Amino acid sequence: AMQASPGARIREGDCAVLKRGEVFKAVPVLRRRKIIFEKQWFYLDNAIGHIYGTTFEVTNGGNLQPKQEVEETTTETKEAGTDNRNIVDDGKSQKLTHDDIKALKDKGIKGQEIVQQLIENSTTFRDKTEFAQDKYIKKKRKKYEAVITIVKPSTRILSTMYYAREPGKINHLRYDTLAQMLTLGNIHAGNKMIVMETCAGLVLGAVMERMGGYGSIIQMYPGGGPVRAATSCFGFPKPYFDNLHEFPLSKVHSLLSGTFSTETLPSDPEDNAPVEEESNGLSDEKQTSLQETEEEPTTEAPMEINQAEEQETMDINAEDVEFKENKEKENRENVREKQMKQWERRKKLREAAALLKEKNADGLIVASKFHPTPLLLSLLEFVAPSRPFVVYCQYKEPLLECYTKLRERGGVINLKLSETWLRNYQVLPDRSHPKLTMSGGGGYLLSGITVVLDKGKSDSSNLEALKMEEPSPKRCKVQDLHC
Amino acid sequence: MSFIEYGDTIKDGDTAIVFLGHESMFPVKVQHGSVTQTKYGVIRHSTDLIGKKYGSKVTCSKGGWVFILHPTPELWTMNLPHRTQILYSTDISVITMMLELKPGSIVCESGTGSGSLSHALIRTVAPTGHLYTVEFHQQRAEKAREEFREHGVDHLVTVTNQDVCKNGFGVSNVADAVFLDIPSPWEAIGHAKSALKAEGGRICSFSPCIEQVQRTCLAMEEYGFTEINTLEILLRVYNVRTISLQIPDLGKAAEDNSGTGFDSSNPSNQGSPGANLQQGTVQFKSGVPLREMVGHTGYLTFATKS
Repeated sequence: AMQASPGARIREGDCAVLKRGEVFKAVPVLRRRKIIFEKQWFYLDNAIGHIYGTTFEVTNGGNLQPKQEVEETTTETKEAGTDNRNIVDDGKSQKLTHDDIKALKDKGIKGQEIVQQLIENSTTFRDKTEFAQDKYIKKKRKKYEAVITIVKPSTRILSTMYYAREPGKINHLRYDTLAQMLTLGNIHAGNKMIVMETCAGLVLGAVMERMGGYGSIIQMYPGGGPVRAATSCFGFPKPYFDNLHEFPLSKVHSLLSGTFSTETLPSDPEDNAPVEEESNGLSDEKQTSLQETEEEPTTEAPMEINQAEEQETMDINAEDVEFKENKEKENRENVREKQMKQWERRKKLREAAALLKEKNADGLIVASKFHPTPLLLSLLEFVAPSRPFVVYCQYKEPLLECYTKLRERGGVINLKLSETWLRNYQVLPDRSHPKLTMSGGGGYLLSGITVVLDKGKSDSSNLEALKMEEPSPKRCKVQDLHC
Repeated sequence: MSFIEYGDTIKDGDTAIVFLGHESMFPVKVQHGSVTQTKYGVIRHSTDLIGKKYGSKVTCSKGGWVFILHPTPELWTMNLPHRTQILYSTDISVITMMLELKPGSIVCESGTGSGSLSHALIRTVAPTGHLYTVEFHQQRAEKAREEFREHGVDHLVTVTNQDVCKNGFGVSNVADAVFLDIPSPWEAIGHAKSALKAEGGRICSFSPCIEQVQRTCLAMEEYGFTEINTLEILLRVYNVRTISLQIPDLGKAAEDNSGTGFDSSNPSNQGSPGANLQQGTVQFKSGVPLREMVGHTGYLTFATKS
C-alpha cells in the first residue's frame, strides 16, 4: 500500500496536528521551534520518533514527555448531596486564590494534584450531587491536566480543524458536508478527477487521500495559481503529486471554443512574494495563520507582479561600472532562468489542456466562493457520461439557479439539492442528551449524474427535463407548495 | 466496468443501472440474449446494451426511453435487494471519513446484512486494501459472497459466517478500522480491539437506540478506547420549484365606487376591475423541503484505539 500505516512515527519535517480535547492545531515538526498551543509553550523535539497518537505532558522546561498511564482513583464512597437547593453561588466557595494556584504550578506540582487541592479547598464540593462532582472534576482536569496528543493529519482531522478555526477559508464547508461530497462523487483510486475549489486546498487534499495516489487530478484555479496550504498538511508522499495537474479557469473558454494557446500565461508566482490569500470577505474571523512557517512559495497564490517592472528595478541601481557588468550578467542569467521556468509552465499547461480535451473525466467536484453556475456549465463539458458531479455552495440560492440552468442544458439526471444536519451527543450513564450547541449550517450540495448530451435536439432535452422533474399536479392551488 | 473501476462501454456480465426518470431505477445483469421489461417496453441486451456507451439513452420497444448508468456503490445502495434494513449513503459518507478509510485500508465489518455498506467500503479501500465482513446468518453470508463475485470485487473481501460477539472477525492486529452494526455491539468491543492493529485504529458502532449507545460507550471506555464521540447525521433534500404567490386584494386607498378596485401601479397586475379572481402574482424560485424527511437512522459512535 502506498499509504503510511497508522502506526507511523513522528518525523522532523512532518506536518503534525496537536490535539487537546476538541481543539486542533496544525504545526510543522521542527527542532528548537517554539510552539504555542492552548496557552502553553513547548518544543516538539522530544516527540520526534514517537508514534502518532501518543499523548504528552508539557514539562516545566517546555519539553514534551509521554504521559504515564494513570491509575484510576479508587471510588471511595464520596460524600455527595442530592440537589442544589442550598448551594449558593457567591464565588467564594474556592478557598485557594489565583496566587495559591500559581504557586502550586510554579512548584511543579502536577495537574492531578492541583485538581485534588481544588476539591479539598472547595466548601461546596461535598454538597454537590455525584453528577455535579463528576462534572466539576472533569472541568478542572481539563484546565489543569494539560495533555496534548499529536495526531497524524487526515481528512477527518483537518476538515474538523479548519471548520472550527478558520471556516472562512473553506467557505464554511462543514466536515460532514465534505464527507458527503467524497462519497456522492464516488471518489476512489483510479479516477480522473476535475477539482475546482477555493478551500485552501482542503478539498483537494481530501480527494487525493481517497484516491491513494492512483489516477489523476486536474485542479482548476482562479487567478495566478492554486492555493494548496491545507494540502501540504496531509503529508502525502511525493509520487501523489506526479499526477496532480492544474489548469487556469481563465483559459477554460478558449479551450472549449478551440482557441486555446499557451502564449499568455497566468501571472508568474515570484519566489519571494508573500502569500496573499484571498479572503472571501464574508467571515469576521481573525486571519490567524494555522501554520507557524511560511509555505513553499511554489504552492501559494502569488501576488500579481509584472515581469517588466521587475526588469526595470534591477537596471535602476547600476552606478558602478563593475557593479553594472555584474548586474548585466545576473540579468542574463535571470532571464534564462525565467525562460526555462516559462517553458516548463507552458509544457505543463499543454499537458493539462490535453487531459481536459479528452472530455472523459470520471467526476467533477466544485467547492468555491464563486457562483457555481458558470463553473458547472463549463466544467461539465470535460466530464464523461454516466459520471457523478457534486457542487458545494455556502448558500442555497445560487444552487437553485444552477439547477435550473442545468435542466435547460440537459445531459444531467438525478439532480439533488441537499444539506446535512449534524448533531453531537453527550453519552453518560443517566446523563445522555444532545450537546448544547449545534452547527447552524454546513452549506448545501447539488449533485447529479451526467448522461450523453443530445446537443442537436432541444425538444428532447426539454422532454428529458420534464421527465426528470417531479410531475406537477394539473391544478395548482397557489398555497400548495408543491405546485 | 466494475464497482471499483470505471469502464466506458457496457459489456456482457456487467451489472448496469436502468434509469427511467425521477428516482425510478433498477439494476440489471447484462447478458447476451436476455431481455428486460420496463414500462416503456422491452430492452434487448444484445442489441440495445452490449457495446453501447454508459450514459447512453436507450429506446425501448414501446417508444419510451431510459438511460443506462455505470454502477456505483451509491446507486447500488438505492437499488439493491433488501435482506435487512440497510445503511444509506448519508451515514456511509460520515462513517468512511471518520474511520479515515482510503486505498489500502484494512477494514472489519459486522454484520454484512444486505451488503450496502460493504460495497462502499470495498470501493474505498480498493485496489490494495481488504474488507473482512462477518455475518451470522448463513444465507445472507452466502448471498453476499455471490454478489461480490458477480460485481467483480470478491478479491477484495472475505465473508465469514460466524457470530462476531463470540468468535470475533477472524483476524487479529491487522485492521485500520472496525465497524459494528449489530444488536449488542458492546459484546464485540473486545474482539474489535484485538482485530485492530497494535499501533492503533478507529472504531465505529451504529445503533438505533440510545440505550445500546450507552452500553457501547461504557464498553469502549473499559477497553481503553479514547476520543469516544457520538453523533447523528440527517439528510435534508430540497425540491427546486417555481412558486407563484397571489397578491391579495387590499382594496383601494380612497373610498371610490368607480375605479378599478386595486392599485394600478402594481406591475404584476393583470387587469379587469370588479369581481376578478385572477389577481396579480409574484413568481420566485424556491428550494422547497419535502413533506417528510428521515428523522432518525441511528447513532454513530466513533472512538480511537491508540
